[in-house]
Amino acid sequence: MALISDGRFIDDGWRRLADEEALPKEGKIIVSLPRLEHALETLGQQSTLGVIVPNTTEPSALAQALPRLGLISISFPSFADGRGFSLARLLRRAGFMGELRASGRLVADQYAHAIGCGFDAIEIPDDLADRQDEEQWRAALNAASISYQRGYAGRGSILEARRGTVRS
Amino acid sequence: MTAVDLRAPQRRNAPTISYRYDEYDAAFVRERVAEFRDQVRRRLSGALTEEEFRPFRLMNGLYLQLHAYMLRVAIPYGTLTARQMRRLADIADRWDKGYGHFTTRQNLQYNWPKLVDTPDILEALADVEMHAIQTSGNCIRNVTADHFAGVAPDEIEDPRPTAEFLRQWSSLHPEFSFLPRKFKIAVTGAAHDRAAIMVHDIGLRIVKSDSGDIGYQVVVGGGLGRSPFIGKVVRDFVPREDLLAFLEAIMRVYNRFGRRDNKYKARVKILVHEKGIDEIRAAVDAEFAAMDRSVFSHDPAEFERIAGFFAPPPYDALPATSASLRAAKLDTPAFANFVDVNVGAHKIPGYAIVTVSLKPIGGVPGDATSEQMRVLADASERFGFGELRVSHEQNIILPHVKQDDLFALWRMLDAAGLATANAGLVSDIISCPGLDYCSLATARSIPIAQAISKRFSDMSRQRRIGKLGVKISGCINACGHHHVGAIGILGLEKKGQESYQITLGGDPTFSASIGEILGPGVTADQVPDVIEHLVDFYLAEREEGEAFIDTWRRLGHARFKDLWRREGEDGADI
Repeated sequence: MALISDGRFIDDGWRRLADEEALPKEGKIIVSLPRLEHALETLGQQSTLGVIVPNTTEPSALAQALPRLGLISISFPSFADGRGFSLARLLRRAGFMGELRASGRLVADQYAHAIGCGFDAIEIPDDLADRQDEEQWRAALNAASISYQRGYAGRGSILEARRGTVRS
Repeated sequence: MTAVDLRAPQRRNAPTISYRYDEYDAAFVRERVAEFRDQVRRRLSGALTEEEFRPFRLMNGLYLQLHAYMLRVAIPYGTLTARQMRRLADIADRWDKGYGHFTTRQNLQYNWPKLVDTPDILEALADVEMHAIQTSGNCIRNVTADHFAGVAPDEIEDPRPTAEFLRQWSSLHPEFSFLPRKFKIAVTGAAHDRAAIMVHDIGLRIVKSDSGDIGYQVVVGGGLGRSPFIGKVVRDFVPREDLLAFLEAIMRVYNRFGRRDNKYKARVKILVHEKGIDEIRAAVDAEFAAMDRSVFSHDPAEFERIAGFFAPPPYDALPATSASLRAAKLDTPAFANFVDVNVGAHKIPGYAIVTVSLKPIGGVPGDATSEQMRVLADASERFGFGELRVSHEQNIILPHVKQDDLFALWRMLDAAGLATANAGLVSDIISCPGLDYCSLATARSIPIAQAISKRFSDMSRQRRIGKLGVKISGCINACGHHHVGAIGILGLEKKGQESYQITLGGDPTFSASIGEILGPGVTADQVPDVIEHLVDFYLAEREEGEAFIDTWRRLGHARFKDLWRREGEDGADI
């Protein structure tokens, strides 16, 4: 897997724990949703725990865990399945401040959408990363300088810019 | 930086009355063109597979058809200027085959562009403040509106500022660009629905509350296609300041819960049908209550800015009726027929709304040659403040013509083959492109429309029949809106043969209804006979001033079915 953040391919400081693997004492680990409750109980209060969740997850299922999680990774079963974008929005709205990841076969052309909805990083399979190199992800980051929506992260809002124009 | 009024000065006969891009709109569209150019390059280099490229190609209006790519250009809320119309003509000549096809969703389609030329075409569109963004794909599509907006006497408010507001809000939306399926929004501000809002994913009807406030009745879950549904009211009155927040709430509910397991069940109409409108309303209300609406709270100022672009043109003060018009009608019967059929009442005394039919007898519904586009542009500048509209009936509207000028306009149109006096009549047929162009089609549509049009080529007979909506789709996806045709025709394929299913009683307005099936399918050759039988029966049975659909409603579907059966048993070929 390749990890993209701020338009660069970076090393992943987190490790995805296989379900049969025992919980390690230290290090930043990502567990699957069914293991989350047990992991929180075992590891206690710390921000080195992350969870990977399906894009159909009800945000309320994570509500209690949110302040104790360092990372949430949302899987995209297909790049054309946009449910993860709404889930990201809802998790941010619920106050999640940690790293939000989109995991799946997302293409560079969706990068701005992902950032807009609150994602920090994108995790893609290696074969995709081979075709869509860092340069393409960086270009995608700069493809749209400004957007029509308000309340979405990343690009500046045209509405805000217009208001600034009218005010001055 | 100081505020700049980007409206062109209000000169007579100059294109002044449509939205003008400011620097942000212009930059946004240019960036999309550059992005698409890069996507095409990356597709050709292999960085993007065809599967990955597809949604981005579609979101830029490029669709793969049966024989070639098709580029669908947005004409937001159906309004365009003479300059824009000329550019559409130039593009048709330079990159296509000298014509374009106006669609039922206020778009223009080019049927023969090359993939590698598309970025240049989009660039040429951007020069005149146009684009093809979100005319296809699983996103919020081109927002449509009443084609008589701003000039209809029955209007509460011009729907175009709302539609433009929504065009901007929906453009490249970070959250709602990968929906379960396409999503269409239509807006009307009038007492009569000319935008078919009841059969859209979201229909917005501008309404006035008892206290005089403007707001929106919001209808959700309408649609045609293989499972037609009439939309249901999700909320009766949404104040303007809450409109975007409320729409975001609907979109979020749809994006999360719309089905993705079967693309034929992925439209919001299926979600509404399966869950029920009460459950959807509860979900939307809960989302609306939970969301941070403060980000929408300042939008009234932006709305007013947009509305300023749709100010009325500088009309002259004129008497309500024109003596010269009356004289010309008496003098020239063909002109009189044109006025009686294609000219409608305008809210300003002395003016008229002219429908230019793109349905010549035996022609291809909705097609216009580049030469005709230029004539229309010229006509709009000479006689109508340089403004044109595209209707969902696939015709062109000149929305502000002086009654005194109607005769000169008619002569100009007539010389260009654009004076067919059939607006709303039986030969004003809505038709999808069908098997002649479309890879989804199961049967031809255009030749059927042409055959019916020829069968009723006697214009005096057409006028005697009166208003009658005939709509043809070449497959169950229903792009020709056959479900809401008073007479609907659906082309299917049965055992390798084209078979046409006839429906009766469809209605696209506020009194919306889905047509009912008349009987077994008929062959292409038989369609004109069947239509003629139905029309003759209607003429024999109708009461004074009764439209086809009203006769059908009064007599009941069974009477029409009986007719069908008797004819069949008599051995008649239907």
